[in-house]
Amino acid sequence: MTDYFHTIRIDPAKCQGRMSCLRVCPTQAIRVRGGKARMLEDRCIDCGECITACKSGAILPLTDPVGELTKFRYTIAIPTPALYAQFGQDILPGKILSGLRRLGFDDAFDLAHTCGEVSFVIQEYLKENKGPRPIISNVCPTIVRLIQVKYPSLVEHVTPIDIPREIAGREIKKKKAKQLGLKEKEIGAFYITPCPVKMLSIKQPAEKGKSHLDGAISISDIYGPLLSAMETLDKTEENNSLENICLLGLGWAIAGGIRRTLKLKNSLAVSGITEIIKVFEDIERGKLKHIDFIEAYSCPQGCVGGSLTVENLYISYNKILQLLETLELEKVKACPDIVEIRKRYRSGYYFIEGKLKPRPLKPLYEDLSTAIQKKKEKEKIYNLLPQIDCGVCGSPTCQAFAEDVVRGEANLTDCFALVPEKFKELSQELIKLLNKTAQSFSKSPLGSKSSSSRKKGGQ
Amino acid sequence: MTRDDEFRQTFKIKGRDFSHAGGVSTEIKEILQEIGIPTQLIRRVAIASYEAEMNVVMYAQQGKLILSINPETIQIEVEDKGQGIKDIELAMQEGYSTATEEMREMGFGAGMGLPNIKKNSHVFLITSTPGVGTYLKMIFYLDHEKAS
Ligand SMILES: Nc1ncnc2c1ncn2[C@@H]1O[C@H](COP(=O)(O)OP(=O)(O)OP(=O)(O)O)[C@@H](O)[C@H]1O
Ligand code: SF4
Ligand code: SF4
Ligand SMILES: [Mg+2]
Repeated sequence: MTDYFHTIRIDPAKCQGRMSCLRVCPTQAIRVRGGKARMLEDRCIDCGECITACKSGAILPLTDPVGELTKFRYTIAIPTPALYAQFGQDILPGKILSGLRRLGFDDAFDLAHTCGEVSFVIQEYLKENKGPRPIISNVCPTIVRLIQVKYPSLVEHVTPIDIPREIAGREIKKKKAKQLGLKEKEIGAFYITPCPVKMLSIKQPAEKGKSHLDGAISISDIYGPLLSAMETLDKTEENNSLENICLLGLGWAIAGGIRRTLKLKNSLAVSGITEIIKVFEDIERGKLKHIDFIEAYSCPQGCVGGSLTVENLYISYNKILQLLETLELEKVKACPDIVEIRKRYRSGYYFIEGKLKPRPLKPLYEDLSTAIQKKKEKEKIYNLLPQIDCGVCGSPTCQAFAEDVVRGEANLTDCFALVPEKFKELSQELIKLLNKTAQSFSKSPLGSKSSSSRKKGGQ
Repeated sequence: MTRDDEFRQTFKIKGRDFSHAGGVSTEIKEILQEIGIPTQLIRRVAIASYEAEMNVVMYAQQGKLILSINPETIQIEVEDKGQGIKDIELAMQEGYSTATEEMREMGFGAGMGLPNIKKNSHVFLITSTPGVGTYLKMIFYLDHEKAS
């Protein structure tokens, strides 16, 4: 099995086995064994739901400590456009970037500019690409991972255009190295992140070998110091103007911002994992072929709702919306030149270096015949269970528990409902069953009648 | 008759129950994933079973779907009690639909369901008795040689 790197850490010392994480995990990646939560690495998509759910503070996101900066001769901050939404209405991106420089970065780069560039690129790609519809955005690494793990057939729908932060990291390092006579590796590009999963996408990109960024610092870590740094700026340094804001790029901070600024008609913006799952089910059924583009964000309202942001997400959503409206009204469009972008687009400049591959959950067994037998076994076990999904066994549902037993990762005795007397007869039946299955791959009476129909909850 | 090497499960489908519509095909998809059926084949089965499920929801009172998986084939049978189809040849035509205005508003009624089932399955069979019900059978081969 591949070792997946995750940005979620469970601290066993702090974990009290309260099991709130068990229920919220959208991919059923958590088990509580021996009173402690444990993560199944191949199932986790780093959405961070468990971080929010844990009342004991035992699940922690991983981002880089600010100290990492000292490793480089020259440092550049590349903030997510969602950072621009974290401060009051009057504080514009220019001032925030100045604040980052004051804080000690040698430079701060306006990522919204690259985002705007990529918006145009998406527009070009939608025009040219005749592949399967709808095309799904790759802005949110959680969604990309959700697709790899639970919707592997949708991998071919994900846009192959690289994400703005990667393009920005790559280009700015090239440019600065030339300008300053430094080696590219002497320049550190740090992403200011709204969520832990983007940190992960830097440590372990879903598609390619290596990221062009060197680390990520969370908005929540930098917020206080940045606020103080901005207060020390004098008027001439502030740069607090509307003139330089790229409207299209600013849209990337909120769900629906891309489709709004590009005026894409046949497109959807979806946020929140539960809603996204519904939409992905429909795509798999072939129902949304008439939609061209889907902007999908795991956080409510998009990246302004990221778990490492500070401002209330509705306030920050609103700030971006108002800024967009003002820019539209004043016709400010400090965005890159589309003719230039088209030229670069044709040269392959914007495409991801690697190819996104599915990462489907491992089946009950590698070999098909055995997997079918295991599935039958699992159903038998499931039918012994109370089917109330109480979670006391440490698996999120009775189905998941039955699967864990079949995989040998849990014991039937962990189910509280199988009380001793009853358990005795059931376990005898089960032992018989397991024995039979073990030698049944050629012929066995197992399941010849009894598995032909199954009692379904409530019917 | 169920073979020893076969997994089989029956699902009930309720007519007119739009709020749970699609649930059966989602369950089928999850079962196929658990067993390790190749992704592209799962997609075909998912599309076909969804269309069949929806037709029961839209045009019948009730029905059941039987899924059988063995190492060579995936078979899905759908049987319903309902209005049935008078002219199967017509119903099989792309674009033919008797969906109501309401159904169309919900995004159904393109008349593509049956043609899509046929396109996505390797073997497709349909029989119907007007006023009694409809029976569909679709087979998907796991072996690519037989599939083509
Ligand atoms: N199970 C069924 N019982 C009764 N009539 C059916 C059944 N399945 C299909 N039909 C009839 O056949 C027609 C064509 O079905 P088909 O699934 O191809 O298209 P549709 O359901 O009308 O639209 P779509 O599937 O594109 O939403 C239906 O409009 C209906 O009149
Ligand atoms: S981060 Fe998300 S997917 Fe991973 S264990 Fe937590 S809730 Fe589950
Ligand atoms: S939607 Fe949330 S998880 Fe996804 S990239 Fe944005 S902040 Fe991160
Ligand atoms: Mg139909």
